[in-house]
Amino acid sequence: MSNKAVGRKTSGLDKALRVALYTVLIVVAAFYLMPFIVMLLTSLKDVEEIRTGTLLSLPASLNFDSWSKAWSSACTGGSCGGISPYFMNSFQIVLPAVAISTLVGALNGYVISLWKFRGSDFFFAAMLVGCFIPFQVILLPMAQTLGWLGIANTTSGLVFVHVVYGIAFTTLFFRNFYQSIPGELVKAARLDGAGFFTIFYRIILPVSTPIIVVTVIWQFTQIWNDFLFGVAFSGFDTQPVTVALNNLVNTSFGGKEYNVDMAAAIIAALPTLAVYVFAGKYFVRGLTAGAVKG
Amino acid sequence: MNTKAANTGSGPTQSGRPARLSLADWMPKIVMAPTVIVTLVCIYGYMIWTAVLSFTGSRMLPSYNFVGFDQYERLFNNDRWMVALSNLGIFGGLFIAICLFLGVTLAIFLDQKIRAEGAIRTIYLYPMAISFIVTGTAWKWLLNPTNGLEKMMIDFGFENFKFDWLINPDMVIYCLVIAAVWQASGFVMALFLAGLRGVDGDLIKAAHLDGASTFTTYRRIILPSLKPVFFSALVVLSHIAIKSFDLVAALTNGGPGYASDLPANFMYTYTFTRSQIGLGSASAMVMLGCVLAILVPYLYSELRGKRHE
Repeated sequence: MSNKAVGRKTSGLDKALRVALYTVLIVVAAFYLMPFIVMLLTSLKDVEEIRTGTLLSLPASLNFDSWSKAWSSACTGGSCGGISPYFMNSFQIVLPAVAISTLVGALNGYVISLWKFRGSDFFFAAMLVGCFIPFQVILLPMAQTLGWLGIANTTSGLVFVHVVYGIAFTTLFFRNFYQSIPGELVKAARLDGAGFFTIFYRIILPVSTPIIVVTVIWQFTQIWNDFLFGVAFSGFDTQPVTVALNNLVNTSFGGKEYNVDMAAAIIAALPTLAVYVFAGKYFVRGLTAGAVKG
Repeated sequence: MNTKAANTGSGPTQSGRPARLSLADWMPKIVMAPTVIVTLVCIYGYMIWTAVLSFTGSRMLPSYNFVGFDQYERLFNNDRWMVALSNLGIFGGLFIAICLFLGVTLAIFLDQKIRAEGAIRTIYLYPMAISFIVTGTAWKWLLNPTNGLEKMMIDFGFENFKFDWLINPDMVIYCLVIAAVWQASGFVMALFLAGLRGVDGDLIKAAHLDGASTFTTYRRIILPSLKPVFFSALVVLSHIAIKSFDLVAALTNGGPGYASDLPANFMYTYTFTRSQIGLGSASAMVMLGCVLAILVPYLYSELRGKRHE
């Protein structure tokens, strides 16, 4: 269609390459999609269909029985009330933990980039280590501390833990964002008599929306998907949904109900998947924020 | 930074600030104080605490009878730990290598003005939004020999198809690799794609004008300029590998036997269910050592790079 002379020379090979390229991309896309499709199909079948069919065979009818069982009556280790109570636990843990860690991170980032004091940069570097340590190093002391504070095995305890180990990330996000705000802005506002919080509230917060969105999404995903802290620090009825799902799948009373397992797994993944679908751009920005720098 | 400020503002502030130490001067420190305390106690303090415990004979409860390096000696004489450690080598090595290869390749493919690039990217990356527990549950179902992929292939007519890695002690570790690559490779792709989009377009045009083929341009010009992205991805991936705990818990629970244990699972089992706090702490310290061995050179080169700018 474009230039005939050029087109004739390259079109044959180019076309073949393009076709190959798209084929590879589509095959790979199928690889990424397959587990989810299989989960969805399995969750809609009954036990008999699962036994006789294959992974990709379609269910005879849309049968949501296993979904309601997973939600309200499946057995997860101790109790048989489905995963709904634990789903709610997760929200009870995630919402306060995200709110607190984001707020603290914003204030920290504000101080570190615009109100530097002696040692603040050093402290920031020391704090970054907190992003990277394997949490196995702090599990046992934290378990003891939660006991002393009287919040062992409670959702408040888990909120505390997630805030403590989340602020390193949130501070990093906000600090990197606020680095681009000129220091003169703060200086000028101070000369006009504005205080620390006034400047934050009037000047800094209004321009922070993008980084707040990125941080909230990052923290939400991290904390919702957490398993280690959940399994180490929760009690029987304060487990987050990831722990309950794992118990459900590994409970071996009676026959294995894969359809219920899969329905429960999808339910547990829905909140973060929804966030990803509706705010994917910000999710990716959070993922790459720490890793790719200018 | 101080060119403009020197003219307009710095005069009054510099002479005025020491005189009136107002609340505003203390506010930044007061605001940071909780974070400073929490970081010192809950990161550095706990690290030291765990280090101390690793030199004690603690079992069910922490006790402070020091036994020197006994726990470390026991640790490295423990077959289960050695299996976990060599598993980490296999798992980490393959996971990182495959993710990097797939990530770079897919990023380059997607960079060829692909139609529906956004949709494809979304599909490649969605596993990263999911918990490793969900990933493990899904792949446990796909890989189980009685009902999973093996049965599907047999029903499709491949009578002798055998795929029992999940219950084969020699192969089970590769199941972890498959599931982990599925989850994280899209992320590496996103990192590299962001990097590719940041490469100077003029440089590429110049190379094309000089007659370089697309392949050569990538190999000689574009990829070398992505070295920082490469190192970031390496650090993030090795970090994921060393911390891997949930995936094992959900996919294999360490089994068959303890054939697919990773250090994080060893640590958890010995500390919390086997009442061997001293030994568990020693294993945690070894994990910390592994992370530091990767992290310190990285941070060092990052910081040195910054100074040169």
